[in-house]
Amino acid sequence: MSDVLVHPSAPGSAAPQDLPLVIVGAGLAAWTVVRELRKLDAQRRIVMLSSDSADFYAKPTLSNALAQKRSAEQLVTTPATKMAETLQVQLLAHSTLRSLDTVARTLSYDDATGQSQSMGYGDLVLATGADPIRLPLAGSAAAQVQSINHLQDLARFHQALGAAPQTVLVIGAGLIGCEFANDLLLGGYTVHVVDPSPRPLALLLPAGAGEQLQAALQAQGVAWHLGTTVQSLDAHAPSGRLQAVLADGSSVQVDAVLSAVGLRASAALASAAGIVCERGMVVDAHLQTSAAHVYALGDCAQYASAGGRVLPYVMPIMNAAKALAATLAGQPTALVFPLMPVAVKTPALPIVVAAPHPNLDGQWTQDAGGEPEAGGVWRFVDEAGQQRGFVLTGKQSSRRMELAKATVL
Amino acid sequence: MKTYICIVCGFVYDEVAGRPEDGIAPGTLWADVPDSWACPDCGVAKADFELVPV
Repeated sequence: MSDVLVHPSAPGSAAPQDLPLVIVGAGLAAWTVVRELRKLDAQRRIVMLSSDSADFYAKPTLSNALAQKRSAEQLVTTPATKMAETLQVQLLAHSTLRSLDTVARTLSYDDATGQSQSMGYGDLVLATGADPIRLPLAGSAAAQVQSINHLQDLARFHQALGAAPQTVLVIGAGLIGCEFANDLLLGGYTVHVVDPSPRPLALLLPAGAGEQLQAALQAQGVAWHLGTTVQSLDAHAPSGRLQAVLADGSSVQVDAVLSAVGLRASAALASAAGIVCERGMVVDAHLQTSAAHVYALGDCAQYASAGGRVLPYVMPIMNAAKALAATLAGQPTALVFPLMPVAVKTPALPIVVAAPHPNLDGQWTQDAGGEPEAGGVWRFVDEAGQQRGFVLTGKQSSRRMELAKATVL
Repeated sequence: MKTYICIVCGFVYDEVAGRPEDGIAPGTLWADVPDSWACPDCGVAKADFELVPV
């Protein structure tokens, strides 16, 4: 790897084309940028810096691994070495970014042996993802709460989890919490879910759709604790289990606790380097941050093309990666997001949601008719009478194309 | 009949089930799925799917 180590140099002393494109991160966003760029530019030198092994896997499969009877290891679809070879990338695995200098266009990192290294870049892509938010909990067992946002997290969770039947407490009834709850049910576990909202997916779905999901998961065994929070988690000496005390005064005994209360963009190093960050690294329509030659996408980015939103889903990443790859290949391409429905992987009640922009005025209305078991259709209609979003549940979720065609972005 | 998995998001195309909502009848072999078809969950092209051993 010595060929990429250069001494920090004055800006302009090396032509940008002599310096590599450096990508920080090795998740879906990072690998997709590389894959798309290689379709346009076979020559450009690419260095990828990853804090983990950089193995490629489909991240959405983290939350249905139990139902698929797959271990974390088995979720890897392509090992990092094969990815790097196929895509002609110099991979620095198990290496951690330490600092950035966006004026000198250099960065420093700790390599796999812990040695501090530095490197110059022509262009830099930050695809550092996000970190699970953790709510403070009291109690002697608070440190045993786990979150799953990476393959290694899933391996750790599976290790901590004994064989079913055991009982798992899920904190958070958002998309990830509900998907894991459903997956744990299918794996044979007993599942409790706690959330301060009155129903699951409260931020994403109209009330009627959330209630359907609540009923569907309850029918398969989820014990809901809605409108409350977890206050403390302690080891329960007589049973050797964990005892969670909730704000409503009740308590539950469980074997493992999974927290899924949201993500926060991993942007601390970018922010320390003077890159403008709000909920994520602020990027313009060309995915450029406030620093020249520094780009960001994926869960760490806050997109101008999405009205300043963070979009931690697969489809926005695919769109952003294609646009950025074209820009990096010398064809400046503004990112325009299409309508991007999100599939919620809850087999108890499959859901497709195309969320309207949160600043839009309008209201949800449910299509009339049909039996409850046929699922439901909700449309978000703005003040001008135009459909701007939709939710499909159950069997209706197959009508995605039809509803998408009727939706105005 | 075989199944194929989207390497990006894990969506599974099952030849037995087809994908009627996209106009692909049950029993349609993967080879007969149009190249223009994209993964309904993440939008990747047909070329980015992989065969899953059953």
